[in-house]
Amino acid sequence: MAALRLAALSTLLALVLIAIFILAEGLPLILHEGPARFILGRRWAPGDGDYGIGNLLAGTAWVTAGALLIGVPLGLSIAVFLCEVAPPPLAPFLKPAVELLAAIPSVVYGFVGLVTLVPLIRTHLGGPGFSVLACSLVLGVMILPTIASVTYDSLRAVPSAYREGSLALGAARWQTITRVLIPAARPGILAGIILGTGRALGETMAVLMVAGNALRAPTSPLDPVRTLTGNIALEMGYAAGEHRQALFATGVVLFLVIFSVNVVARALVRGPSGAR
Amino acid sequence: MPGCRWRSCLALFLLLAAGCGGPGGLETITVAGSTSVLPYVEYLAEEYMAANPQVRVNVQGGGSTAGLQAVMAGAADLGMASRPLHPTEAGLTAITIAWDAIAVVVHPSNEVVSLSGEQIRAVFAGLVRDWSELGGPHRPVTVVSREEGSGTREAFTALVMGGLPTTDRALVQDSNGAVREVVAADPAAVGYLSLGLVDGRIRALAVDGERPTARAVLAGEYRLARPFLLVRPAETGPVPREFLDFVLGPRGQSLLAEEGLVPVAGTGDR
Repeated sequence: MAALRLAALSTLLALVLIAIFILAEGLPLILHEGPARFILGRRWAPGDGDYGIGNLLAGTAWVTAGALLIGVPLGLSIAVFLCEVAPPPLAPFLKPAVELLAAIPSVVYGFVGLVTLVPLIRTHLGGPGFSVLACSLVLGVMILPTIASVTYDSLRAVPSAYREGSLALGAARWQTITRVLIPAARPGILAGIILGTGRALGETMAVLMVAGNALRAPTSPLDPVRTLTGNIALEMGYAAGEHRQALFATGVVLFLVIFSVNVVARALVRGPSGAR
Repeated sequence: MPGCRWRSCLALFLLLAAGCGGPGGLETITVAGSTSVLPYVEYLAEEYMAANPQVRVNVQGGGSTAGLQAVMAGAADLGMASRPLHPTEAGLTAITIAWDAIAVVVHPSNEVVSLSGEQIRAVFAGLVRDWSELGGPHRPVTVVSREEGSGTREAFTALVMGGLPTTDRALVQDSNGAVREVVAADPAAVGYLSLGLVDGRIRALAVDGERPTARAVLAGEYRLARPFLLVRPAETGPVPREFLDFVLGPRGQSLLAEEGLVPVAGTGDR
């Protein structure tokens, strides 16, 4: 038992140590620059001593929103289909197939995006191809299994009395799904979406490969974009001194963003219907 | 158990003592300086140490100026520099080990074959944004640059940009290879990379009418090039001299060529 407790505590310890390390490396620069100037500044030019991550934050927001726009409707539809509509022989094949999407390494997603999506977008829609759109499509597929399987599980967890009761009252199957099952499964669905959001915010490699990483904030889905994660991965190779601190400071902001998303998520999940 | 720990402590101590050039016969030389030259010398040092296990080559960064000061102070056996010596750095001998030449590259289908240094600067500063302004068809230019901190970017900025910042519209890739992939795939792209890494899928532009060839670089006719120097003090010991000979010899030079630099001797045009 003591060994188990130690194992569990080591996870906590790792989290605390990582947090302390990132903060110790990154906070001095944020305080030195001033938090407002660091977070809202539009110019990132380590060579000139300018560290403003405003455009990178905007980039992360664009890409994450785009990924959710694609991943959420698809993920929900897949889960509803698998749980409520799919003919019995189909579901046992489809569910593992969807879950297998999560097993593909992100660099493979990035590479496939690079050689297929980027040229397609460039030739058919214009711009350099490296774009918010390419990132969103890649990320949308990447977060799909998370959203779909968590939603699936929470739909399955709805007591069958709800389903049967609704059908017995004369509701159509579609009405049962949208008015009874989805509201009943709401906390689980939200949790799935939040998990997907976390993955989209944190994903680095795939985004780095198809984003183009331009420093300008995008104004259209066809513009290239640089995210917080991409910025760290892109520049960590040769960064030294203040530049290195600034990358850790980027990590601090990313950490805070993901942390607050999780806090909001927990609040939402425990919300009105989660209190049962 | 305690005895076991003691023994490993002793072993570690002996190992460290040997590392300090004690009676174990291990010679250590220190090379310090430019972070642009650093990765290449590190690579050479690894190969050299593999062939000469009795020598340890310790390679450190710090920048050209700090490296040269370390050599003058006797703290380093050799310095690395990516700029010519200042008059104040007298008493040192600079040896060019290779040229870091940068090719400005476009898609093979691009009609533009030559640009002036000023045109290249205007493109990368975002002042010129359409190929029609450069003698090509009407099509927006996709500028491809390298990440902050990259030695190639630093060299390009120093040789071309003249103090102007690179446009924030530029795509940023984190390796020579990635720049090559982007330019090879996009007919509207222009990027830059180490001359030695140009291959058939992209085309290098002439700069100020001069085509980038190893010969033009060595003759000083192609202007987007800078020498990489190893600097030695007036009195150099036999071990640093042997390392220098290795770097300038056929093996060292071909290793540098493989890494994309223009060798100073013996391996022919690339």
